[in-house]
Amino acid sequence: MTAFDVEAVRKDFPVLSREVHGHPLVYLDSASSSQKPRQVLEAERIFVEEHYANVHRGVHTLSQEATDGYEAARSTVAAFLGARHDEVVFTKNATEAFNLVAYALGNPGSPVRLGPGDEIAVTEMEHHSNLVPWQMLAERTGATLRWLGLTDDGRLDLSDLDEVVNERTKLFAFTHVSNLLGTENPVDVLVARAKQVGALTFVDGVQSVPHQAVNVPSLDVDFFAFTGHKMLAPSGVGVLWGRDLNALPPFMGGGSMIEVVQMSGSTYAAAPERFEAGTPVISQAVGLAAACDYLTALGMDAIKDHEIALTAQLLDGIRALDGVRVLGPDTTELRGSAVSFVVEGVHPHDVGQSLDDLGIAVRVGHHCAAPVCRRFGVPATARASSYLYNNAADIDALLEAIVKVQAFWGVR
Amino acid sequence: MSTADTDTMYQEIILDHYRHPHHKGLRDPFDVEVHHVNPTCGDEVTLRVQVLDGFVKDVSYDGQGCSISQASTSVMTDLVIGKPLEQALSTHEAFLVLMQSRGTLEPDEDVLEDGIAFAGVSKYPARVKCALLGWMAWKDATAQAVAQAKEAS
Repeated sequence: MTAFDVEAVRKDFPVLSREVHGHPLVYLDSASSSQKPRQVLEAERIFVEEHYANVHRGVHTLSQEATDGYEAARSTVAAFLGARHDEVVFTKNATEAFNLVAYALGNPGSPVRLGPGDEIAVTEMEHHSNLVPWQMLAERTGATLRWLGLTDDGRLDLSDLDEVVNERTKLFAFTHVSNLLGTENPVDVLVARAKQVGALTFVDGVQSVPHQAVNVPSLDVDFFAFTGHKMLAPSGVGVLWGRDLNALPPFMGGGSMIEVVQMSGSTYAAAPERFEAGTPVISQAVGLAAACDYLTALGMDAIKDHEIALTAQLLDGIRALDGVRVLGPDTTELRGSAVSFVVEGVHPHDVGQSLDDLGIAVRVGHHCAAPVCRRFGVPATARASSYLYNNAADIDALLEAIVKVQAFWGVR
Repeated sequence: MSTADTDTMYQEIILDHYRHPHHKGLRDPFDVEVHHVNPTCGDEVTLRVQVLDGFVKDVSYDGQGCSISQASTSVMTDLVIGKPLEQALSTHEAFLVLMQSRGTLEPDEDVLEDGIAFAGVSKYPARVKCALLGWMAWKDATAQAVAQAKEAS
């Protein structure tokens, strides 16, 4: 295999050659949403220009071609995950995937019946999308929500794992990689405990699937979700993977998800159609498959190595600065590429605005993980997150800019 | 940080109010206390008002947030404390209009005093909410205080 050539990769992303406020764009906000390569846009364009119609509905040629394209996209995504075709449900995003399961588990025919005395377990580092739906499910059913806390270095505090995940736990939902801290969690340890007590498991793969090879079935979880727009695909398409989706009742009712419909009641199609009511996201799914192809061609292990190098450069660079602190693991060990930091004396919003003036895009705020900010006693953070198209010059530009920010705000 | 854009936004006036906020700290007596947050970024303000005989008797606050939200709240207290309620509300309206102007409005210094420094912020939609946080909290608390007084009379 040829070595990973970041400069060649960059040429596939036209936006990277633009300027912002007179400076070359330095895009370090991929954990929020990634940029899209020409290959993905082209695949979607060709599909829409030449093969587009509604899917699963017609006998005409375009309808068949569109259905073939859509289902081929499902197969490509399934292969990317090491999964089977019928284990993959297209949703509009990961949030919909979490809600789909949270509602289905409360519907008649659910494999678990939740009520008072039952428990749902999560962690304190969840994105709101893998927290609020479970809070709502607990509210609807009378079940209790419990959570694993965090250590000071931004890891899960496993010392009370057996207490939080116990015989009453019906479902344990946790993130693979934290969007704010960058922490990669020990899925095997968490799943082993859940299995001991017979709890279902749901892993949030939103920050892992774009950045590292993930063989989903081998994680031995029940559900897994991620979104397309953070992995080079268009926005509007996400994925729910389920080990045994046919054991789950539907969430949304409508066209396409049915078997026999009578006025007195209906029966439902098998998965994945059961969970794709209405006209699905069609061309976006094709775009997601093209993104999987693009990533596969480069090699997920090569991408991961590239990101580890950038993350190490950033962590080392920040450590060398006075008055800048990282929230989360300080080394690349079991860690993703999202690096949250605090510039002492300057509010993250002001950091973000000042960096933008130098053409550098980072995310500021609580990153939809407000409890993590609260846990570490900060209102918000700035977060730089790199991806396959970032290079060492991007990280250098950020580090130099942080020093300028400190000077402007008079804290150094 | 030397581009014209940042300089416009972070005018010295804003930086002064941020570093040395006026009227900060929660005080007694007060009629109503409110807590407002900016959910997209986590800026927070707790704010108290006392309205007496048609005048804004006192406004006190505590909060955390970016330079824009903190400075704007500080400027707001300068503009409303001790003023007749009607005048304070019309100043509030003038500031609101300025912040919604996307940089197209020449602010009236006689009305907005240090508030004119925020004209540049109105060009940054993402930061307008920051600038309005304290002002919206004040308007909410004042409306509650007026309603309370009406009920009591």
